[in-house]
Amino acid sequence: MQQLQNLKALNPDLTEEAMSRVDEIIDRNKGKPGCLIPVLEECQGVVDYLPMELLEYIGSRLNIPGSTVYGVVTFYSFFTMVPKGRHTIKVCMGTACYVRGIGEVQNRLQSKLNVKVGNTTEDRRFTLEAVRCLGACGLAPVMVVDSVTYGGVSPDSALKIVDKYE
Amino acid sequence: MSENNSKAEEIVEEKAEEEEQEKKKEEKVIPYLEDVPFFGLQKLIVLKNKGIDPELIDEYIAKDGYQAAAKALLEMTPEEIIAEMKTSGLRGRGGAGFPTGLKWEFANKSEGDIKYVLCNADEGDPGAFMDRSVLEADPHAILEGMIIAAKAVGAHQGYIYCRAEYPLAIKRLNIAISQATEYGLLGNDIFGSGFDFHLEIYQGAGAFVCGEETALMHSIEGKRGMPRPRPPFPAHQGLWKKPTVLNNVETYANVPQIIFNGGKWYAGIGTETSKGTKVFALTGTVKNIGLVEVPMGTSLRTIIFDIGGGVPKKKKFKAVQLGGPSGGCVSEEFIDTPVDYESIAKVGAIMGSGGMIVMDNQTCMVDMARFFMDFVQDESCGKCTPCREGTRHMLQILEKITRGEGEPGDIDTLEELSEVIKDAALCGLGQTGPNPVLSTLQYFRDEYEAHIFEKRCPAKRCPALLEFEVDEEKCIKCGICFKRCPTEAITWEKKQPAKIDKDKCIKCMTCITNCPSDAIF
Repeated sequence: MQQLQNLKALNPDLTEEAMSRVDEIIDRNKGKPGCLIPVLEECQGVVDYLPMELLEYIGSRLNIPGSTVYGVVTFYSFFTMVPKGRHTIKVCMGTACYVRGIGEVQNRLQSKLNVKVGNTTEDRRFTLEAVRCLGACGLAPVMVVDSVTYGGVSPDSALKIVDKYE
Repeated sequence: MSENNSKAEEIVEEKAEEEEQEKKKEEKVIPYLEDVPFFGLQKLIVLKNKGIDPELIDEYIAKDGYQAAAKALLEMTPEEIIAEMKTSGLRGRGGAGFPTGLKWEFANKSEGDIKYVLCNADEGDPGAFMDRSVLEADPHAILEGMIIAAKAVGAHQGYIYCRAEYPLAIKRLNIAISQATEYGLLGNDIFGSGFDFHLEIYQGAGAFVCGEETALMHSIEGKRGMPRPRPPFPAHQGLWKKPTVLNNVETYANVPQIIFNGGKWYAGIGTETSKGTKVFALTGTVKNIGLVEVPMGTSLRTIIFDIGGGVPKKKKFKAVQLGGPSGGCVSEEFIDTPVDYESIAKVGAIMGSGGMIVMDNQTCMVDMARFFMDFVQDESCGKCTPCREGTRHMLQILEKITRGEGEPGDIDTLEELSEVIKDAALCGLGQTGPNPVLSTLQYFRDEYEAHIFEKRCPAKRCPALLEFEVDEEKCIKCGICFKRCPTEAITWEKKQPAKIDKDKCIKCMTCITNCPSDAIF
């Protein structure tokens, strides 16, 4: 319990409520072989990102060295150690989308939102990500905002779409 | 008489008119499915069940589902299943084309009390979505294939490694597994045969290299998904050091029908060395986009022009890219190549998992090679030096060329690096990574040379090599570029050619891609 309170002091995002859910996730998976990645996936779903303090906590509870946890988190693109914006824009960098002009869409979003791919705008409104093929090549070029997929986007229509998100 | 004659003539004429009208009507009749080239030229085995409700096991069962599993569990010995698979000639659909029956035989003969059956649903090739479609539209076919594989090798636990980017696939697999468990088709004592098989889904976390078999197993073990040298092969030491069989989604989807209809039936389809059908994800600049399943040996031309409907108007076919970042481009000259593992390899591409991206003359091949190298470099896990460092150098050279800073000798360096990486890299990712560069060099060397020596991009896709000026002779004064320009850098008045203010221009390419008369250079 002492440790939990310390965590909140270190990082305000690790609230008591969030940590009780993290504990529940760990208890449910502990002991299963290869449980680290599923635990991290679920914890990221709770806290939105995986701050260093949380990684250390998960490592100590699962009896896995912090270095191993860190190694896994930094290896997979699904995990992030920095907080994300309120909305996540994913531009698909698959070949079909690339051939059909997603590069121009991405450049326009970067310059208009003033954010580089992989980063979050200063007002935390958007996180812009370039992702690998989403498997929606029939709709190329594709952009996903939060969980809504937009097909056949152009630089102009992409800007109109993101305008809708506050 | 003459009256009669003329009447008769009238009648004849009327009849002829009627016939003609009927003929016209006939012409308007909606054609049968098999008369439409898109459908008629396909042969559906893997995609046979398209259209059923994937969340209802009964619909799958109504289509002869789980009959093959029953046959395998109740009537066949593991050796008989393996023999049937070998007769069928089925080869791994993940890309490498290793004979499935042989793989199962190795795992079957491998000693060990615990064995595993894995399904590789980590479809990461950009431009490929065959596995996604099967996972989402016919998940039970994969389950059934895995049950049969489990019996053949003597495994009682299976995992489906599915990438996190496919949430619907994961949802439907979960539904399929719980329904199959409820029906007694998974779990203990399936069909009362005494055979147990349990299946779990393992969600990937976004790493392309996890499609490589040893990396995938490391990932399931909860580690960084990095490959290891082989041997030992997974059939002897795989997941948690136990004998393991790993097959691709499409491979498993073929299995139930091979067992149900017999290996001979399957071997009757396709070519000498490549049996059965292959699903391709046809995308890019082509009219009919979508999944296409054809017998092996069908020519690329049939797939792209007859089934795919060719390249849309005003654009010209340039090349087709097969096999994603591990594959290569095939130019128009070799468009009649039949699709089978050997023929495709001969022209410098690979069968791969089945991505087929059609490119028109607005695609810059150097930029395409750079795109794939960027992918490979980004996804390189960093374990072995040739892949980690070599791909980085290749990418730097390609970036330099597309920026217009290419130097004589760059092409030689690219070729030299490619050969070293191919020979020395640890896993398939690195060993095949240089393929897109080598194949574009083989067919489109002139484009590389234009970039390096003339500082010119023939396809007009590399912004650094473009002037952003209007050719007044070609300009049709339509004003489209003026309306589209996001920075108001273009001035235009009716009946006047457009002008671009280079200080305001951000080189976003909007004007060039939208110009109907190709007047901006």
